[in-house]
Amino acid sequence: MRRSVSIAVLTAALVLGMGTVAISQKKSLAAAPQKPETTEVKIDNFSFGPGTLTVPVGTNVTWINRDDIPHTVVSTEGVFKSKVLDTDEKFSFTFSKAGTYPYFCSIHPKMTGKVIVQ
Amino acid sequence: MAGRLKDEILHDHNYDGIDRRGFLKCMAWAGTGTLCVMSGGVLKSYSLSRLPELSTKEALGELSFVQISDSHMGFNKPANQDVRGTLKAAVDKINALSAAPEFMLHTGDISHLSKPEEFDTVDQILKNAKPKDVFYVPGEHDVLNDDGKQFLERYGKGSKGAGWYSFDKKGAHFIGLVNVMNLKAGGLGTLGRDQLEWLEDDVKHLKHSAPIVVFAHIPLWSVYPEWGWGTEDSAQALAYLKKFGSVTVLNGHIHQTMQKVEGNVTFHTAASTAFPQPQPGKADSPGPMNVPAEQLKSVLGITDVSYVQAQHALAVVDSTLA
Repeated sequence: MRRSVSIAVLTAALVLGMGTVAISQKKSLAAAPQKPETTEVKIDNFSFGPGTLTVPVGTNVTWINRDDIPHTVVSTEGVFKSKVLDTDEKFSFTFSKAGTYPYFCSIHPKMTGKVIVQ
Repeated sequence: MAGRLKDEILHDHNYDGIDRRGFLKCMAWAGTGTLCVMSGGVLKSYSLSRLPELSTKEALGELSFVQISDSHMGFNKPANQDVRGTLKAAVDKINALSAAPEFMLHTGDISHLSKPEEFDTVDQILKNAKPKDVFYVPGEHDVLNDDGKQFLERYGKGSKGAGWYSFDKKGAHFIGLVNVMNLKAGGLGTLGRDQLEWLEDDVKHLKHSAPIVVFAHIPLWSVYPEWGWGTEDSAQALAYLKKFGSVTVLNGHIHQTMQKVEGNVTFHTAASTAFPQPQPGKADSPGPMNVPAEQLKSVLGITDVSYVQAQHALAVVDSTLA
């Protein structure tokens, strides 16, 4: 019994260790409905966390770059565009209209995220 | 050419098992090196440790140039807090080469944040290199905030579009391509239609026997798309180069040496002069890799390329800064 538990824990640790994106997404899915005031998106390990952020209309969202490499936050549809963010630099944008806002890092376009404004 | 199949490798010169049947994939990770000599379409590979056994004629061609990459001037994080020092070490290495290279290629990420003073510092350090001519293509770090305007003003004289161009040296045709502009969400590096049309036209009238050297920042082959290490439309570019007997593609961006040979095309990425990045998929992200200070210079480096005109041979040699 104890053995199977420890294997499960180990497996979970491995799975978590392998994908920060997965962790962030899980967190946001669980936390978003209860905590709509969450307004910070962390850029870490070449990913946006949470990858999908759901906020009420009028929310000011701040992105902060925690990587050793510069990133940008650029709306895919041209709604917002940050300057390049070096380590620990921030970018904020206030979402005044409901909708889905996909965005990406224009330097590392594999990095994508989404803000859902309700 | 002696009637041999262009893509067939006839001997395993190194007894290292990387030979066979027109497809060779040798990965020379940072800290090691491989010399590949392509002669009459037949590729011979040697490890750097065997270099002293090669005759001067084999090791040094009629045209010799050096590739440096990813200087990231301005970077000051733990992975390397002295990127000036390591670029200077790269220049020392170039100046110590037995045959002085005729020119240098810089395959981008000259600067870390596209700041004027970062470019100035690199220019100043490179002035101390024996080869005086430097040919640049931009990395994504060189075109931040201004869509590459500053890069073009500094390095793009006589270039087309976002900074692509070609030139000839001793019968070899060099093509500098730009694949870091207008990147699309979720995508890889991009050349774009204008540049592809220009390329098609640029090589149209060249003799098939002309050796071609293509250089660009992001790899023009699919190294690891999950980390963006590839170029969306590189297949189209390579299709225009199919007719040529010898094509060498030099890239940077991934901060480690890697090589692949496919038919008539040899792909090669150079080490960074600033900091190493992890092997594809071997870390959570492609961010800078911290190595112990005493090992840093063994994972940074330069690439020396020689071309033997009569034999249509290009030799690519990586050396670390250690």
